[in-house]
Amino acid sequence: MTKEKREILIFLIFTLAVLITPLFLRGSYYLNVLVFIGINTMLAIALNLLLGYAGQISLGHAAFFGLGAYISGILTTRFSFDPWLAMIISALMSGGLAFIIGFPILKLKGHYLAMATLGFGIIMFIIFNETVALTGGPSGLSGIPNIHINSLVFDNDLNNYYLIWVITLMVMLLSINLSQSRIGRALRAIHDSEVAARVMGVNARVLKVQIFAVSALISAVAGSLYAHTMTFISPASFGFNFSIELVTMVIIGGLGSIYGSFLGAAILTVLPEFLRVLQDFDIVVYGLMLILMTMFMPGGLISGLRLIGEAIGSRIKRKSVSNA
Amino acid sequence: MDNSRQLIQYVLSGLSNGAIYALIGFGFAIIYNATGIINFAQGEFVMLGGMLTLFFLVFLNFPLVPSIVLAILISTAVGIAFERLAIRPLKNANPLSLVIITIGASILIRGIAMLVWGKDTHALPAFSGNEPLHIAGATIMPQHLWIFSITVLIIAANKLFFNYSIIGKAMRACAYNSQAASLVGINVKTMVLLSFVISSAIGSMAGIIIAPLTMTSYDVGIMLGLKGFCAVIIGGMSSGLGTVMGGLLLGLLESLGAGYISASYKDAIAFIILLLILFIRPEGLFAKKETERV
Repeated sequence: MTKEKREILIFLIFTLAVLITPLFLRGSYYLNVLVFIGINTMLAIALNLLLGYAGQISLGHAAFFGLGAYISGILTTRFSFDPWLAMIISALMSGGLAFIIGFPILKLKGHYLAMATLGFGIIMFIIFNETVALTGGPSGLSGIPNIHINSLVFDNDLNNYYLIWVITLMVMLLSINLSQSRIGRALRAIHDSEVAARVMGVNARVLKVQIFAVSALISAVAGSLYAHTMTFISPASFGFNFSIELVTMVIIGGLGSIYGSFLGAAILTVLPEFLRVLQDFDIVVYGLMLILMTMFMPGGLISGLRLIGEAIGSRIKRKSVSNA
Repeated sequence: MDNSRQLIQYVLSGLSNGAIYALIGFGFAIIYNATGIINFAQGEFVMLGGMLTLFFLVFLNFPLVPSIVLAILISTAVGIAFERLAIRPLKNANPLSLVIITIGASILIRGIAMLVWGKDTHALPAFSGNEPLHIAGATIMPQHLWIFSITVLIIAANKLFFNYSIIGKAMRACAYNSQAASLVGINVKTMVLLSFVISSAIGSMAGIIIAPLTMTSYDVGIMLGLKGFCAVIIGGMSSGLGTVMGGLLLGLLESLGAGYISASYKDAIAFIILLLILFIRPEGLFAKKETERV
């Protein structure tokens, strides 16, 4: 089987699993968690395009998520835009902003880049908090309308599940395509050595900014979907901690792996749900898990799983040899 | 008259905050130079300094000096434990994983602090009262004087240590080229451990002297840590004096901005300054430009 065919097959199996999962679930709680996993998967993939493929860190990606949510929320509640139109506008505006600030920011490297994106994230967080007339400030923005297609309103968990996951699957497909294309190869070349990539004729500067903009655009779509499914947003969801959480999802899942991003997003979404029984202890366990996972699975869960798979595979092989 | 008095107040509080940012920045730079790691848990040492002093002084009724000494010792022990348990085992991990590990450590330390001391905000009593001093028309709190003098002392001690003591020179050698340093018989691992010791001690000291002015709680470490990081980026990673200037500049501009432009955007002002400096001079204001080798 060629690599492309295998990729298509895996994606089809994943799609099928996503589509039939609700049939096995009872109760809205699980659907609700899955909706969050979908949104976080989109965000993790968006960041992975930047971090995993192009090798450029962003510690401020929650800002684009928040920007998408707030532009969409403000346009629909204060100017009664249609949610779909608001989503498109918020995505374009966030992408546009990323494109503009991308040129000076992505000139930076290493910890300077980390610090600049972090600073951008904090500035946006403060703006969400302080522009009370527009955003409602720290107490949040409520009454954001649900998305609807004619008479089909996405206001219950099952509908939201399909809405979020169909778009998540589209994002996944787009990212897989992108990573296998000429652009994806050029990005990986930049990741390995920007100078070498330039020598080979890759326009590294523009390409980095473009992928930054695409990443921001996807994050904003996720933000807009979040606003319209939750119908309430507040700055607390878009702070520094969430930016860090996103980076953690990508790294725990595995850099440069789309399904890894899904795994990372799923684990970091579900983990707090389990830890809730520990009450105040949850933050301690969360910190500890972060350390241990990075220490013992530096390649991320996807490569960890692959290693385990290979180990089992070779043991089976050895057994069958010794039996023969 | 009123205007100039106000200006002096802004400058004073800006400089004292700036001194703290500079000290925190020092901690970042020392670990970065020894290991190449940006230690995102640096702010937690600052928090530990303030909270531990508060704990000994107010809850256990210890005298001031033993409280401070104990606070620094315990924070330093946490720094050592962190290096031994999480950093040393993965000397060759990629920089991103190391960043995540230090972030994990900072969440862990903050979480434990919250469990032990709760979520309340506390005020540490000032070292020598709250009676303001009047010098040349300006009011100055005694705590400001403490901050300035301790900062100057720490910076001078650092300068002496890194330039004149054999261990300090060995640490600089490691920062310059750790392989070559180990070839001439320097124990690089010890030097890395030592860098954590020094930077957690300085960080906790910064937290102790600022706590009477700004209050302290389990989560003050995040913002203070980030501002310290700003200071070191503004000043340039490899320049000790640059970090001090960066910290003072940051504190000053932030305080003036908060006073004359908008207090609610105080934190945003610090980061806008940071972005502007990064865009114009990415290698820091006070560092010499280096050519990058490929």
